[in-house]
Amino acid sequence: MRDGKAMRRLFRALALAGAMLLLAPFAASAVEPKERLPDPALESRARTIGAELRCLVCQNESIDESGADLAHDIRIFVRERLAAGDTDTKAIQAVVQRYGAFVLLKPPVEPATLVLWYGPFLLVAAGLIGTAIWLRRRPSVVTEATPLTTEEKRQLDGLMRENDV
Amino acid sequence: MKRAFFLLPLVIFLVIVGYFSISLRPGHDSHEIPSAMISQPAPGFDLAGLNDSKPLVLDELKGHPFVINFFASWCVPCRVEHPLLMRMAAQNHVPLYGIAYKDKPEDSARLLATFGDPYRRVGIDRDGRTGLNFGVYGVPETYVIDGAGIIRKRFVGPLNAVTVDKELLPLLKQLGQS
Repeated sequence: MRDGKAMRRLFRALALAGAMLLLAPFAASAVEPKERLPDPALESRARTIGAELRCLVCQNESIDESGADLAHDIRIFVRERLAAGDTDTKAIQAVVQRYGAFVLLKPPVEPATLVLWYGPFLLVAAGLIGTAIWLRRRPSVVTEATPLTTEEKRQLDGLMRENDV
Repeated sequence: MKRAFFLLPLVIFLVIVGYFSISLRPGHDSHEIPSAMISQPAPGFDLAGLNDSKPLVLDELKGHPFVINFFASWCVPCRVEHPLLMRMAAQNHVPLYGIAYKDKPEDSARLLATFGDPYRRVGIDRDGRTGLNFGVYGVPETYVIDGAGIIRKRFVGPLNAVTVDKELLPLLKQLGQS
């Protein structure tokens, strides 16, 4: 009986956490009602684009999350391009042309970003190789400890007795 | 082989020191974003002039190198660089044009009436769209544009005497000769 109650409480907590997770993207959005496009399909495309573009004032937020003035301007700009019939790629390209590839939260793979993209894999590989070398060098059998000689035992007893005093 | 292994931490340390001494050197701002517009044609603009002056039109400015300065009355760093702009206009005869970025025209006019007007002409960019086309992400920003209308350099943030004398003026002189 008690178990059932605890179970139900756990379920309720999990459901609440799930709902909060689902709602989180909406809570974080800074898109103002009057910015939204009347066409829901266009607006949802604008949201997808907005989540991929960096706000250059805050630099760690997307333009959809940021309350900065510039983020607002770029959101409007993207919506204008979409309303004018641009594809998603073209609208993003228009922003990149003005602000550079830095505006993309997911940087493109190019010579300058190779270390960024593949550096972590190199580090993992180096770690694996290091571990392999270490494992190979480690003696595989632990040699049995040789028992103490009578002389050593006598010395040890002496030391233990000294400690007791 | 063994000895080389002991040197590894030292090598890593030196790499890190090298990285930091480059990215933390004085005068370097890691938040500064390189402009995507360098060597690109300046985006066209046709802005209403401040104080009922003639409109500020890109095509009319072409022919000689010139400098565009984005400013606003609400921008504190703009006031920091303002005396320098006055000096550039008066002493160095820099063809300086202002674009009032996202500012009420009466506020821009009051700013220039109070502190002096270094600009040959000022265009009003009320909604910031011209700024967006230039890739402006904060004021002040200053652009050096050559006679063909190609953006040659961008300065983010307030200008200082060193950047003006060592970079802006020599570049302008070089562009004027070629």
